Amino acid sequence: MRPLTEAETRALFEKLGKYIGENIQLLVDRPDGTYCFRLHRDRVYYVSEKLLKVATSIPRDSLVALGTCFGKFTKTQKFRLNVTALDFLAPYAKYKVWVKPGSEQSFLYGNHVLKSGLGRITENTAQYQGVVVYSMADIPLGFGVAAKSTQDCRKVDPMAIVVFHQADVGEYVRSEDTLT
Amino acid sequence: MAAVRVEELLAAAEEQEAEKQRSIAVHKELELEFDLGNLLALDRNPPAAAGLRGAGPRREALLRALARDNTQLLVTQLWALPAERAGSAAGPLVAQLPEPAFRLPREKPPPRPRPPTRWEQFARLKGIRRRKRTSLVWDEQAKEWRRRWGYRRAGGDPARAWVAEVPAGADPDEDQFAKRRREKRERVARNELNRLRNLARAHRAPGAAAAPAAPLHPTGHQSRAELGRAARVARLSTASLGRFQPRLPKEPAEPPPCGGGRKRRFAPLLGDLAAERSRQLELLRGMSSKKPPLDITRAVNKQLREEDAEAAAAKGKKRAQRGKRGRRQQQRPGRSGKKSSSKQSGGKRQQRPASGGKRKKA
Repeated sequence: MRPLTEAETRALFEKLGKYIGENIQLLVDRPDGTYCFRLHRDRVYYVSEKLLKVATSIPRDSLVALGTCFGKFTKTQKFRLNVTALDFLAPYAKYKVWVKPGSEQSFLYGNHVLKSGLGRITENTAQYQGVVVYSMADIPLGFGVAAKSTQDCRKVDPMAIVVFHQADVGEYVRSEDTLT
Repeated sequence: MAAVRVEELLAAAEEQEAEKQRSIAVHKELELEFDLGNLLALDRNPPAAAGLRGAGPRREALLRALARDNTQLLVTQLWALPAERAGSAAGPLVAQLPEPAFRLPREKPPPRPRPPTRWEQFARLKGIRRRKRTSLVWDEQAKEWRRRWGYRRAGGDPARAWVAEVPAGADPDEDQFAKRRREKRERVARNELNRLRNLARAHRAPGAAAAPAAPLHPTGHQSRAELGRAARVARLSTASLGRFQPRLPKEPAEPPPCGGGRKRRFAPLLGDLAAERSRQLELLRGMSSKKPPLDITRAVNKQLREEDAEAAAAKGKKRAQRGKRGRRQQQRPGRSGKKSSSKQSGGKRQQRPASGGKRKKA
């Protein structure tokens, strides 16, 4: 376990910024306590100071996880967000997509969101903008990348992909043993 | 008896006093030269030749005394420097040395000059000198300064000309474009061969064979790792140990740590969390305020593309006005010289710079 280097922090923030923009500041500078990012076995954890201090007493080999896992660094030093970061992305998301109840299940099985399943979408979403996917009852289901801009979404046919799937809460069941 | 003893005692005391004085006061015919920044003293006084001749304890003692005296002078100079206590009042006394004045010679011999190429040898034999030519020349057609050679050169690139003259007495069926391409390929191949020959000759040269530091010396085949190691060593082989070495154009800001003899260093796990937070906020501010960096190459390419598009549009309009006749004129070089040259617009020339002899005339 160690703090992130400058390059790693930059990679993390660039990826987070695609979903929550400048709201990362609210994650870094929290009024309710000191929170920080720590790297443990290539995974980035968002930990409170109190928890961090407690975790230092556990040997590295025995420590499975701490705090909230935001994602992991690949071996080429790219950062990938995990679905576990959804709890922190959803409140601050800048661009949102709401999925109709009928296609909720499809999304939760790991499929892309099609135009036919698109309930609502934030205005002026650009193409390839990171978006958080909600159900119509405003429950965050996952996140992905907008395949089309909002304007284009109106024109495309119903079977066209509107949001590329990246992570969804179905992973808690599907890949239970790899999520930490 | 007692008086004698008193005199003896007095003499002994005087001697002792003189000995004490001698330990700090040194008399020299010529003043020593000091460079306190390097802790260096230069003694220009000629040594006593008689005492130094031959080996033995006497010579040893003389040298020792000389060294002691000169060191004493140097230390006396050091005491005259402004000094202060390091740390607290009880700390050691630290003198502030002035800037060093004496230039120390570099550790390594200067790099060996590259042996002259075959052409350079020949040119020296014949007394051919390099003329300096400006890299930019005025392009009459384009009405701007263009490079003499290479991309967007003045007068147009002959390799990209869309028309080629069939020289008098040549086979009319021969493809002149193919001939030009073939000749270019041959020239390139010959140049490459000559380059390799020069390399081989330089490698065989007697000076190069005796060169030291074999692993770092350029050889025929060096792997990427070897080259990297050589570059790292070369980077540190300056008087400042590479601290003031300017970076190469595409060298990363932080040299790659692998193999550099430095361990990875990370911030402490439970260090200053407030400082970490402020550093991250600073990083965020930099990331959000940053304008997209201007990529010069891309910007220039974009500008060129736009110019070309504009020129093409303008040309299309002109063509429509001129009709078929104007186009035919343009394709026939060398005949319709000055008549149509005034009609030419600037943009087209940039796209196809060498469209026949007509342009060169104008």
